[in-house]
Amino acid sequence: MFRNALQSVCRSHRPLLLGSGLVLVWLTTTAMHIPDGFLSPLVALFFWGVTIIAVAYALSRVRVELTERQVPLMGVLAAVIFAGQMLNFSVAGGTSGHLLGAALAVILLGPWPALLVMTCVVSVQALIFQDGGLLALGANIFNMGIIGVFVAWGVYRLVCRLTPDARWSRLLAGFLAAWSSIEIAALVAALQLALSGTSPANISIPAMGGIHALIGLGEGVITLGALSFLMAVRPGLVSGKGPEKTESSLVWVGGLMIAVLLAILSPLASAHPDGLEWVAEQTGFLGAAQGSFYTILPDYVVPGISNGALATILAGVMGVVIVLGAAFLVSRIRKTPTSG
Amino acid sequence: MHHTIDVEHLTFRYPNRPAVLDDITFHIEAGERIGLVGPNGAGKSTLMLHLNGILRAESGTIRLCGMELGEATLRAVRRAVGLVFQNPDDQLFSPTVFDDVAFGPIYQGCSPEEIRERVRDALAAVHMEAYTHRVSHHLSVGEKKRIAIATVLSMNPEILILDEPSAGLDPQARRNFIHLLGELKQTMLVATHDLALVRKICGRTLILDSGHIAGDGPTDEILANRILLAQHGLLED
Amino acid sequence: MHAHLFDPYFSGASPVHACDSRIKLALVLVFILCVALAPVGAWAALVLYFATSLAAIILSGIPLLKILRRSVIALPFALAALPLVFTTDGVPWISIPLGPWMLSPTAEGFLRFLAIAGKSWISVQAALLLSATTPFPDLLLALRAFHVPQLLVSVIGLMWRYLFVLADEAIRLMRARDSRSGIEPGRRPGGGVLWRARVTGGMAGSLFIRGFDRADRVYAAMLARGYDGETRALPAPPLTPGQYTVLTAGGTWMVMILLLAILIR
Repeated sequence: MFRNALQSVCRSHRPLLLGSGLVLVWLTTTAMHIPDGFLSPLVALFFWGVTIIAVAYALSRVRVELTERQVPLMGVLAAVIFAGQMLNFSVAGGTSGHLLGAALAVILLGPWPALLVMTCVVSVQALIFQDGGLLALGANIFNMGIIGVFVAWGVYRLVCRLTPDARWSRLLAGFLAAWSSIEIAALVAALQLALSGTSPANISIPAMGGIHALIGLGEGVITLGALSFLMAVRPGLVSGKGPEKTESSLVWVGGLMIAVLLAILSPLASAHPDGLEWVAEQTGFLGAAQGSFYTILPDYVVPGISNGALATILAGVMGVVIVLGAAFLVSRIRKTPTSG
Repeated sequence: MHHTIDVEHLTFRYPNRPAVLDDITFHIEAGERIGLVGPNGAGKSTLMLHLNGILRAESGTIRLCGMELGEATLRAVRRAVGLVFQNPDDQLFSPTVFDDVAFGPIYQGCSPEEIRERVRDALAAVHMEAYTHRVSHHLSVGEKKRIAIATVLSMNPEILILDEPSAGLDPQARRNFIHLLGELKQTMLVATHDLALVRKICGRTLILDSGHIAGDGPTDEILANRILLAQHGLLED
Repeated sequence: MHAHLFDPYFSGASPVHACDSRIKLALVLVFILCVALAPVGAWAALVLYFATSLAAIILSGIPLLKILRRSVIALPFALAALPLVFTTDGVPWISIPLGPWMLSPTAEGFLRFLAIAGKSWISVQAALLLSATTPFPDLLLALRAFHVPQLLVSVIGLMWRYLFVLADEAIRLMRARDSRSGIEPGRRPGGGVLWRARVTGGMAGSLFIRGFDRADRVYAAMLARGYDGETRALPAPPLTPGQYTVLTAGGTWMVMILLLAILIR
């Protein structure tokens, strides 16, 4: 699958090996948190809608099944995942691997509380630490919370079903669940960037997919280590079924289907970037607000060049006036002391 | 009848384990200050968690302020008995000091004005009014311990139970803290290793060891009995 | 790119600090949305938005360099958009042969890349200003006012409270690991990547266990003060007319810039 994608990159009439390399460098320094400005408003708002619906549903499920002690439990575990993301280990050459935590959360808490926990973690990262944008927050929660949690859950349950009830099978399930959660979430992020017109699909998908295949190994091993430790210290915490008593197969089968679908869809999209562009235009994804997929500027700048330049100069002057005005105001306020 | 603690034949064990508390009986009168001492693992913290119903006894009865502890009286008991935990970080779980001190009154159903008044009074009692809007994380251990007491005082309890109140405090903070405890009017049960604290503010002392009450009498007598102290790992020199 | 575990709040007495957190959150969201909606090539609009954010930063009294330095955070992500320089249709500047391939950056592509990077940078500044001038408990209040479900707000509040405690524990674990990571002179460091990842996993597991234990203790403390499963809070103070004025004025300004940008193109 990956080889086909790579071949299509080389074959396409816009070869971009340099671009891919740069994207790879970028990817190792950032996680999956997409900042503002990289997703088109329509894509961002669409994923906000999906996320709100999913989180609302998770809340209703959790309220029904919630025991009182789960509120402090979710809060503290959210803090653990947040703090755990600080833990790192050095991979060769100065880059480092980090923990995302969606897989661990879902194995310990079950899918719906885990979704809420990841929602809180990702939201605070965006709001307080600017790790991911605010408009893009819906998409980020979707990637790391919804996709991360449900893909991990689906894979975990599947592997547990297919293997005998033993310690090694839990560890294997945890490893695979963690790896898949990272990989699929990365593919979704790449698709979002492609649909927004920020990063061409035939680069973003192989690049994101490739790099996160490696990062996913790190997540997998850390998850494996954590599970191994937890099973030794608190055997009751980790079971093949998860903490929910009434298990709906729909949930984990659904997660699995999403994973498979995305795994197939992404290389297709990357092999046929024009196809993706066609789809995007047909569904009007990048409608009036942005013009067509790739070309915007020529109509705007060239014929109206004098207007454009004038407008920009005027804006600059106004901007300077605004800034100076603020500075002046501040200095006036400071010079007249109102309190002792 | 009021402000009293009556424990009779209390027994508690975790499943498939030997008894942590074994046939405990003691009585505390209104306004008394009792020191509860004993070696680590004696069951002091476990006993405290029974006194507001967080742990349920296997057998025996507990009467707090005249009420027998049971399902129906749980909420009333938790209002009347203020438990101050050993680690203030476990007790200060709200974003600001105000929120933490207001937590109890909010759950008691007080009106917003009453809540504000209670928070003010509680913080005044521990001399921490200036800290009302601070964030708990940035405070020192001594400050946190005072505020932890305030979080309980705002519920207007009749009985205060404190678990290792002076642990982790530097000498100055410890001295101020002991002085503060002396000012409070509630019936008090203090579990601690700090025998000097017990000497200073507690009129009576209970020794708990391996789940049994091994001594119960006036503080001066108990703490002068070096043989008794040595038997239960409490001798300091 | 991971969280700098310091409290981003920078105390001060400016009008921005005094502004109600609900108003600030609303303004920041409107700002980011307007910036995102600005058509590509509307440079005038972007300059005005940048000036607005700069003015707000100056007004807040927070050192400008401090904010600008933190705002560089999102810029590495801009590399994701770099391929646009080469893929956007237009008149190529030059054509660089690279082995069997031909790289042709275009002016249009470059400008598009700049627009994305610029929008991102401006948006980050607004978000930075919000978290620098608003204490966390006030942000929680704002979230409640925006009808974020109370359960989530409580979980976020607890998470924040224990984040610093756990981060300290994580740092101590890492220090303990580092203290045991001495290398004897003349020997290569042992243990492969896999082993190191497993050790890190053990540390993560350890944090989880401590988390569970602490959650139990916090739950006991909440019970002791009357917690009954419902999350409750004091009602928020009402907004003054002055605050509403700020909201309307700020919102109108931002939307106006956007409308002008759309109409003029």
